[in-house]
Amino acid sequence: MKVGVVTFPGSNCDEDAVFAIVEHLHEEAFLLWHKEHDLKGADVIILPGGFSYGDYLRAGAIARFSPIMQEVVAHAKRGGPVIGICNGFQIACEAGLLPGALLRNVGLQFRAIPVTLKVENTDTVFTRAATKGALLTMPIAHGDGRYTADDETIARLEGEGRVVFRYVDAQGTATAAANPNGAMHNIAGVTNKTGTVVGLMPHPERALEPLLGSTDGLVLFQSLLAGVNA
Amino acid sequence: MTLFKVSVHIVPRKGLLDPQGKAVAEALHTLGFATVGDVHVGRHLIIETKAADAAGAEAAVRDMCGRLLANPVTEDYEIASVVSA
Repeated sequence: MKVGVVTFPGSNCDEDAVFAIVEHLHEEAFLLWHKEHDLKGADVIILPGGFSYGDYLRAGAIARFSPIMQEVVAHAKRGGPVIGICNGFQIACEAGLLPGALLRNVGLQFRAIPVTLKVENTDTVFTRAATKGALLTMPIAHGDGRYTADDETIARLEGEGRVVFRYVDAQGTATAAANPNGAMHNIAGVTNKTGTVVGLMPHPERALEPLLGSTDGLVLFQSLLAGVNA
Repeated sequence: MTLFKVSVHIVPRKGLLDPQGKAVAEALHTLGFATVGDVHVGRHLIIETKAADAAGAEAAVRDMCGRLLANPVTEDYEIASVVSA
């Protein structure tokens, strides 16, 4: 399996994503500069965290027009797996790969804290090795993470089970107190219709080592292999 | 072709939570501006563009808003003015 990680100007979690794949999955991973026009044979694309284009205009708004995004969108349309993490989630929404948008956190603060997530959907390429209802701990680090969509879209996502992760408390309940940014329905991550594109605000690539407080992010990457071996 | 200066206001869609607007409104109330109601914080862009006439300049900027400058999910925009530069 080959994993391509896109580096936009201002990406800062791209090396961490490559590290996750190489060190923890023992698979091939490489960086793809945003000006490139080809994915170099990547089977899976990671849109990493960071502050592409300084978040100018809106987070992710300018990165979606980077040359490589045409290829990423075409890859996704062919059914190729794509995961957008944090800024990558914002870019995926701006590019129309996922519905909705990520707005300024409700408390206006940049929040960098560990959060508890409930796995709501295990029919995606990135969660099929996870257990439905499992609680995962991962860090968030964002100022614009408030998932927002119109009522019809939210109803459709809920109806089709396309909410993948939800912010919950230690008991697994989606409370207002457990919601770090005011996201509608405590939504932390969503998927497309086919479960091949996933976006989430928390950082699974920062939750892979006991030293960093959690290894719960591993299951997202292991899910990729679960498909290959199946 | 004439050079036009087009001003655009981009604001959060009505009904969506606007925490920045709320924070500014609260600060204004604290300062004693008791008559202040809702406040909305958006962006103001001034775009210089060449066009055959003012209508052409406005149409071009509307296209820009639809494709890049405003997020169709969360923001509304209005053309505030079109003047020859």
